[in-house]
Amino acid sequence: MTATADRKSSEGSQPVPAPVPPVTVVTSYGPWRTALGQLRRNRAAMASLVVFGVILLVCLLAPFYASTIAHTDPFASNVAGTTVIAGQTVPVLAPSTTGLGLGVTPIGPTWDPTHYFLGADGQGRDVMARLLYGGRNSLLIGFFAALLCCVLAGITGVLAGYFGGIVDGVLSRLLDVVWAFPVYLLAISLSVVLLTSGVRIGPIFIGAGSLWLPVLIIGIVYIPYVARPIRGQVLALKEKEFVAAAIGVGSSDLRIMRRDVVPNVAPTVVVFLPLMTALSMLTESALSFLSVGVQPPQASWGTIINDGLNLLYTRPAVTLAPGIAIALTAVALNLFGDGIREALDPRARLRGGP
Amino acid sequence: MTLSACTSSPTSPTATGTGASGQADAAAPATFQAQHKGGDLKLLAKSAGGTLDPQVNYTLQYWQLYQTLYDGLLAFKKVNGQQSFTVVPDLAQALPEVSNGGKTYTFTLRKGIKFSNGQDVTVTDVAASFKRIFTVSSPTAGSFYNGIVGAAACLKAPITCDLSKGVVVDKGSGTVVINLVAPDPELKYKLSVPHASILPAGSPPKDAGNKPIPTTGPYMIASYDPNTALTLVRNPSFTQWSHDAQPQAYSDTVTESFGLTVEAAVTAVENGQADWVFDPPPADRLDEIGTRYASQAHVNTLTAMWYLPMNHNLAPFDNLKARQAVNWAVDRNAVVKLYGGAKLAQPVCTFLPPGFPGHVDDCQYTADSGKTWAAPDLAKAKQLVQESGTAGMAVGIVTQDDEVNKSIGEYLQSLFTQLGWKATLKPISANIQFTYIQNTKNQVQISLSQWYQDYPAASDFLNVLTSCASFTPGSDSSINISGYCDKAHDAKMQETLVTARNDEPAANVQWAAVDKQTMSDAVVAPLFTPKLIDFVSKRVGNYQFSKQFYMQVSQIWTK
Repeated sequence: MTATADRKSSEGSQPVPAPVPPVTVVTSYGPWRTALGQLRRNRAAMASLVVFGVILLVCLLAPFYASTIAHTDPFASNVAGTTVIAGQTVPVLAPSTTGLGLGVTPIGPTWDPTHYFLGADGQGRDVMARLLYGGRNSLLIGFFAALLCCVLAGITGVLAGYFGGIVDGVLSRLLDVVWAFPVYLLAISLSVVLLTSGVRIGPIFIGAGSLWLPVLIIGIVYIPYVARPIRGQVLALKEKEFVAAAIGVGSSDLRIMRRDVVPNVAPTVVVFLPLMTALSMLTESALSFLSVGVQPPQASWGTIINDGLNLLYTRPAVTLAPGIAIALTAVALNLFGDGIREALDPRARLRGGP
Repeated sequence: MTLSACTSSPTSPTATGTGASGQADAAAPATFQAQHKGGDLKLLAKSAGGTLDPQVNYTLQYWQLYQTLYDGLLAFKKVNGQQSFTVVPDLAQALPEVSNGGKTYTFTLRKGIKFSNGQDVTVTDVAASFKRIFTVSSPTAGSFYNGIVGAAACLKAPITCDLSKGVVVDKGSGTVVINLVAPDPELKYKLSVPHASILPAGSPPKDAGNKPIPTTGPYMIASYDPNTALTLVRNPSFTQWSHDAQPQAYSDTVTESFGLTVEAAVTAVENGQADWVFDPPPADRLDEIGTRYASQAHVNTLTAMWYLPMNHNLAPFDNLKARQAVNWAVDRNAVVKLYGGAKLAQPVCTFLPPGFPGHVDDCQYTADSGKTWAAPDLAKAKQLVQESGTAGMAVGIVTQDDEVNKSIGEYLQSLFTQLGWKATLKPISANIQFTYIQNTKNQVQISLSQWYQDYPAASDFLNVLTSCASFTPGSDSSINISGYCDKAHDAKMQETLVTARNDEPAANVQWAAVDKQTMSDAVVAPLFTPKLIDFVSKRVGNYQFSKQFYMQVSQIWTK
């Protein structure tokens, strides 16, 4: 909008005043919208978001790919199955026909999306279909574990930082106990125990083979890593004038936390979310690789790598494909997370950065 | 393919034994060939095999080495092929005189044999060794040697074990008399396995662990570190007394090193840095071994079975139709593929492996109604599951967590889901799976297990794995994993054991009938008989394979 004087109303009677230069009124956006604008201008972050979006979209299309394009059940063994390649019917697991005839080798990549695009695994299953289903599970576990972790860590950090005293003492010691364990060792131990019997939390029962079990385990083991910085931030916020003012006018603790504390730590939690998603996904892959994460016949990128380990010499694509998918996703999420951090906290920008 | 014997060049494929075809049994050199004496034999294993004590250790890994270290009164003949099931006198001068209706066995000990510490082997050592079987609680004390007079009390109170009436020795004449409470036609086999090794009378009355016990064979143990290696060197006191029982060894030293992965071990053998790998080669190396290194691979048929024990006391497998459904459904060819292909395993339908005493081709669960397994009948299996009323039930499959076992487990999980059960797979460490599935407290419904013969008798399969005596609820040592206990079945087996005392061929006919009935009851689902690949280095010569204890380490030459 421009504020310009109405020239007609003043013509003839008054000396013409000097023209007023046009004034541009800049609307002040809120911090979230400002951050979003900055994020949009961050090319690396946006490129990584596109890469992640493509991976996510392709993985979400897994059922469509399996049922409509590849016509395969990625969870059923197909050891005795056959397929047609170049007009010839061939076994999916082909016995060696040379030398002593030892061993059986799954067919390699056909590069034909309608069947065995990336070849077969040791059970004769379509690796491409499993890769997509595996991606769904890895991303689902990664995201929900990160969400669970951030929510629980946020609550813990705010309560510990705001109330201090005995509440802080108890919560901080609990975090110390979890932190004292090497994260993978703790995750493996919990998995080994819970995978045999499942877990009951009040009325909720999570079965032994459920995907929510790794979500729960990974979500819990990373709580201290997020809760600590949040607690520190809340401790600093407590010293701010606006919090003192809120206390001075007699606001309740709940109101102060809701209106003054949480909105100020929310950006931190948002920054953590993509970074923790990447970390949780990597942890899930590691656990599944060690057979203590996603359980067969379900797939995740970690389990597919495990399946392919025994085919490394003959069919490396089984291992390489999920490995590349994990690497791409983790890099994309980390770059995007960095972008969010820079957008929400300009002070965090590297010197000389954009 | 048959690899022929060669007595000249150690650098060419010199193995004697069963080649890839698994058929031929070439003759071993009848006499020791001095030109090949010497050199170091380098063996590799992923990990150590546990205690060195021959009366305690129950692993193939060390039983194979014990053949070159220890001797019993009797031994399995150390030759190639079927003849290796023959029992020959070892420390005894001759096969025993059997009297008293099959309850008394009389041996005469050879003279002049010494332990590696220089002491003479005497009848006192023999008596002490039999007593030690019980004092160290040998794993087979209760199953192999419980028929010796006094053994029952020894099993109850090992520390105060008194076998003076069961094993009677005479120092003057050098005789050893073993008295049994009942005739045991299989005693000759039981006296030929390492648990019946003759050890110095002063051997510790407990598991010797990592401390070597003096030996009688061509080698003795120089050092043992379960984290690094086991080293055998020549026994200075050894002089060959019987080529059949304990032939002279070729290599000066034998070192079994531990710690390399099997992948790395295979590469080491390919590069000539080692001579043999104990562990089966990984699946992705088989093709390479069978093509580029075919002359160094020896494929041998084993008398063993891979099978699915089904818990008769737990749903759904307390239902005959559910058990039969599994037998109809499993595609043995698919399982054989997962094991490594048709050249490494043979689908089976009977309890007793092909070629084993008592085995008769018969298949009650094949789509073509033939005598051997041909194809599964999934429709029939699904129908049986419906008829059994077990559809929709949860079925847990317990397997070992190694590559092959787990992949077969995944196949079964997929198959059982198709049949209408809610199948889950529980792969657990190989170290505990075998005992875990035996204990009824663990409520295992179905598992994947293996049984390798201890000695060549049908009872070692049927009686051991399906008798009521082998079922001990709540125990980790309940080898009748199915928990099948049928009095009529037991009576039939006892009757057959009585027949075997005097008429082994007739007993084998009876064992075949027992086998047939066992499969009618679908006690287990047999899957396949495995074969074993021995992958050796180029320099290895004189490869010989005993069906009882596998590759004969002492007969390998590297020079």
